[in-house]
Amino acid sequence: QLKFDSGVLLLSTHRLIWRDQKNHECCIAVPLSQIVFIEEQAAGIGKSAKIVVHLHPASSNKEPGPFQSSKYSYIKLSFKEHGQIEFYRRLSEEITQRRWESIPTGQAMQVNKDSQAGRIRAVGIVGIERKLEEKRKETDKNISEAFEDLSKLMEKAKEMVELSKSIANKIKEKQGDITEDETIRFKSYLLSMGIANPVTRETYGSGTQYHMQLAKQLAGILQTPLEERGGIMSLTEVYCLVNRARGLELLSPEDLVNACKMLESLKLPLRLRIFDSGVMVIELQSHNEEEMVAAALETVSEKGSLTADEFAKLVGMSVLLAKERLLLAEKMGHLCRDDSVEGLRFYPNLFLTQS
Amino acid sequence: QMSKQLEMFRTNLEEFASKHKQEIRKNPEFRLQFQDMCATIGVDPLASGKGFWSEMLGVGDFYYELGVQIIEVCLALKHRNGGLITLEELQQQVLKGRGKFAQDVSQDDLLRAIRKLKALGSGFGLIPVGGTFLVQSVPAELNMDHTVVLQLAEKKGFVTVSEIRASLKWETERARQVL
Repeated sequence: QLKFDSGVLLLSTHRLIWRDQKNHECCIAVPLSQIVFIEEQAAGIGKSAKIVVHLHPASSNKEPGPFQSSKYSYIKLSFKEHGQIEFYRRLSEEITQRRWESIPTGQAMQVNKDSQAGRIRAVGIVGIERKLEEKRKETDKNISEAFEDLSKLMEKAKEMVELSKSIANKIKEKQGDITEDETIRFKSYLLSMGIANPVTRETYGSGTQYHMQLAKQLAGILQTPLEERGGIMSLTEVYCLVNRARGLELLSPEDLVNACKMLESLKLPLRLRIFDSGVMVIELQSHNEEEMVAAALETVSEKGSLTADEFAKLVGMSVLLAKERLLLAEKMGHLCRDDSVEGLRFYPNLFLTQS
Repeated sequence: QMSKQLEMFRTNLEEFASKHKQEIRKNPEFRLQFQDMCATIGVDPLASGKGFWSEMLGVGDFYYELGVQIIEVCLALKHRNGGLITLEELQQQVLKGRGKFAQDVSQDDLLRAIRKLKALGSGFGLIPVGGTFLVQSVPAELNMDHTVVLQLAEKKGFVTVSEIRASLKWETERARQVL
């Protein structure tokens, strides 16, 4: 058995070439004309699939190779990873077609008559390598140009940041004549640049014209989905719903939050509600979570006790919102919690009802 | 005053975009460079979909859509993993959902998208474990017990009840519950 491990097997119209993956200089080949016939050996446990190639005895003008002669008249090709079936098919085809008899070798073979064993440089392989190298250099050049441009752009952006800081300071100290209008415009500049608003929050938060418009749009889009979901939806659900519908020009999470913060002040039929836990939801104005709590209490009482998961399943709402409702009920004094390693379970508050 | 500067900047950005927009979309490393540079000068290109960066470079859409995909993956797997998923698995699942022809998504991309999602208040969090992160999509379900055991498990890649009992001195029940 030869020590030729880990390599790539190539098939041309004239030869079978094996090239060492680690040492690219090492390349051995067998002319297809030398092949008598080939057979397959299926893979077994601990054995890889093989192709056995039976060869004619070497002719006297054989090129130098790893062995001058061998007592075996065949070689075995072992496919440790995959490819045996396909290769066998292709090899059979080539042997049947015997194209080497009709196609002149010409450029295809360049024999390197070194004293070292069997180095045959195939032009094809080198050509491919060269192309890959060129492509890599091209990509590198593009990237470095891109980085240069990026750095220049960032320099300019930095100037914008500095400028906005000085304007923000002016506004804070009420220096100069900065009108209401200009302040609003300034805020939209900040929005465009992605610079955080250094000015103290007013009623509209970081709201700008854009967010106001957005709030109105949202009121329209969310009316029906909210009604379908019992009047309440988490902000995460809203984010997915709205962005999926838009497809392009998506909203950033911050855009959504800023717009929602304006809902109430714009007297729209929806509002943003932030629970104690930090969870944010959108509710219909007509939705009254406190009323829902009464219903929740009934449900929990019927079952004796419930976890957020169980409650969610029973009522058909998301676990997140179910939990918030139970927590609210607890806050209002209707439920008690039992917090153990088994989880958080809610019971009707008997301390209150049974004195 | 500022509006003139802004216009000029806008033009510069447009030029940049016309040459390199594809690069940003296709090359995660370039994207990372871009994000880091923005952070250094105090600019958040992902703050708003209406920002220049988003409109002209399309970075916004990339990350906001990624946010949606992250939410959906976490929701789909929550019943199996309780709202906790490794960054690696999240990446795998998201890439699967995006399909063969979508742009590549790096772990940095995921982290940035998740950090943005925190603004929605519904509990997205990143827990550093070893050299990577666990992504938490359920608010405050994780208590001290869980965190401690997670860190213990991270050292070897797994943890057993007997190990917990030995190093943390807990009872079997408590250890089993956390696991």
